[in-house]
Amino acid sequence: MDNQVAIARAQAHYARCIDDGPLEDWPMFFTENCHYRVTTADNYARGLPAGLIWADTRGMLKDRVSALKEANIYEPHVYRHMLGQPAILTESGGDVESETPFFVLRVTGGGPTDLFASGRYVDRYRVEGDQALLRERVVVCDSKEIDTLLALPL
Amino acid sequence: MDRLTGTTAGRAPDRSWPRSLTRVPYWVFQDEAVYRAEQDRIFHGPHWSYLCLEAEFAEPGDFCATFIGEQPVLVTRDVDGEVYAFENRCAHRGALIAMADHGKARDFTCVYHAWTYNLQGDLTAVAFAEGVGGKGGMPPNFCLSDHGPRKLRIAVVHGLVFGTLSNDLPDIEEYLGEEILDRIDRVLGGRKPVVLGRFAQRLPNNWKLYAENVRDSYHASILHLFFTTFGINRLSQRGAIIVDESGGHHVSYSAIDRTAVASNEYRDQKIRSDSEYQLADPSLLEGFSEVGDDVTLQILSVYPGFVLQQIQNSVAVRQILPRGTDDTLLNWTYLGFESDTEEQRLVRMKQSNLVGPAGYVSMEDGGIGGFVQRGIAGASDEYATLQMGGDTAESSESRVTEASVRGFWLAYRESMGFVPDDDAPLPEIGKHERTRVVRA
Repeated sequence: MDNQVAIARAQAHYARCIDDGPLEDWPMFFTENCHYRVTTADNYARGLPAGLIWADTRGMLKDRVSALKEANIYEPHVYRHMLGQPAILTESGGDVESETPFFVLRVTGGGPTDLFASGRYVDRYRVEGDQALLRERVVVCDSKEIDTLLALPL
Repeated sequence: MDRLTGTTAGRAPDRSWPRSLTRVPYWVFQDEAVYRAEQDRIFHGPHWSYLCLEAEFAEPGDFCATFIGEQPVLVTRDVDGEVYAFENRCAHRGALIAMADHGKARDFTCVYHAWTYNLQGDLTAVAFAEGVGGKGGMPPNFCLSDHGPRKLRIAVVHGLVFGTLSNDLPDIEEYLGEEILDRIDRVLGGRKPVVLGRFAQRLPNNWKLYAENVRDSYHASILHLFFTTFGINRLSQRGAIIVDESGGHHVSYSAIDRTAVASNEYRDQKIRSDSEYQLADPSLLEGFSEVGDDVTLQILSVYPGFVLQQIQNSVAVRQILPRGTDDTLLNWTYLGFESDTEEQRLVRMKQSNLVGPAGYVSMEDGGIGGFVQRGIAGASDEYATLQMGGDTAESSESRVTEASVRGFWLAYRESMGFVPDDDAPLPEIGKHERTRVVRA
């Protein structure tokens, strides 16, 4: 299986995991030592390192999920991720850098379907066989504004 | 200062305000006329508003676009190294002078008709001022120096840039007072901040609900489980509330106190915030002493819309900007310091998870204002109750108090010109006459 197909497959399951669950499986799309960050295009272009969400281990991603389940208070809502095709930027054996545009719709409570975020995934994957795991995912949101709060990951 | 004409305060809306600080009328979050009056009387009035950080425009020619209330403002550093600020609005037809959030400029030229301003906000050139071929052009008595955006008075406190459109207020040191200044100095004094990231949050509520929330130490460890469970902030910890004399500014702080973590106050209350919750990767909370003392949390507000935060090693400033009766823009700027080691910087990155729109201890604040805004719909004649810790706006060692929230309203009704009214409802509870609906 070529890298493009492996990554596209992984991303389809990643989106489904967040949107339709179980969210507990979300950290398993990452390697144990990984980097996940949600930031804005402006911060990314300026090289500013902070994130709305910032994690450098799979454990921190598990904590994000358990905090959402057990600790944090927010109005129930659901996402629907729409992902574009991954653009493969570099390939070196199983190490693949890619970018994928996305937008995410959010439905809060019984409310309308709102466009919540658009942006791109800037990724580094490790592909082994037909399995692609994220070593790094920087979620670069186009807008600097977050509506109300960001609870579920992007 | 030449074009600074002072406050533009209009009439206060014709409303009566309870004399007691324990009651806040809900119409104050809903009334469009009140909202308009706030722009004049508070944001364009005699108050220092936070504009930006000096670190965001360090070099001559750097500029930063920001706001005072709804009004766009440019803050610049001229070649003389001084800080200037003026309204980001062309004196000709009112277009934005600069559209970028940050940048470098030698001067500013409005895209509409190419009127040009220098870095101090003076109008220096008007396109086709002499007309073409001896025809058209500006009248001979048109004087460049008579036209320009209004300039702000500027004050810089430990790298924080404040501005005002009014001459009718004291300098910033007097405005803040010694206790607040000391507490700003504690976090920012003697070291150079570095911007680590900027984020913005759109809140579906009136700006004053966020201003209240920031001053509300009572909710912090009830709504936010993270604070309590990991002993970051418990009401039983050593700490205090400082409310300044005007009421408008406050500091809430707490310090490491091992005995409090083991105390039973929370379990006894049987509230949700006492749980068995554990982190899979506890490195999130492994920090260092921020400035060499035991204070792990310090939230400081400056009336009307500024917040300086130290939560463990997450340091940030927040700017509260009104955008409508039920719409607020909250700007977050995450800070580190030039003196940070690599390890300290990593701690700041990890602890950035605590704050901001996705923060473990602050995401709730994004939603709660909206819950209130929705909850009070249809209740514009009703009042919120602020009786926790008494009815005054004084500093206290207890943080089980709404003293700093009452302080905000003391400063607010003063700045809005609301006259306290003895006939407005007093803080007795449960005396409403209820109309019973009888089903046929």
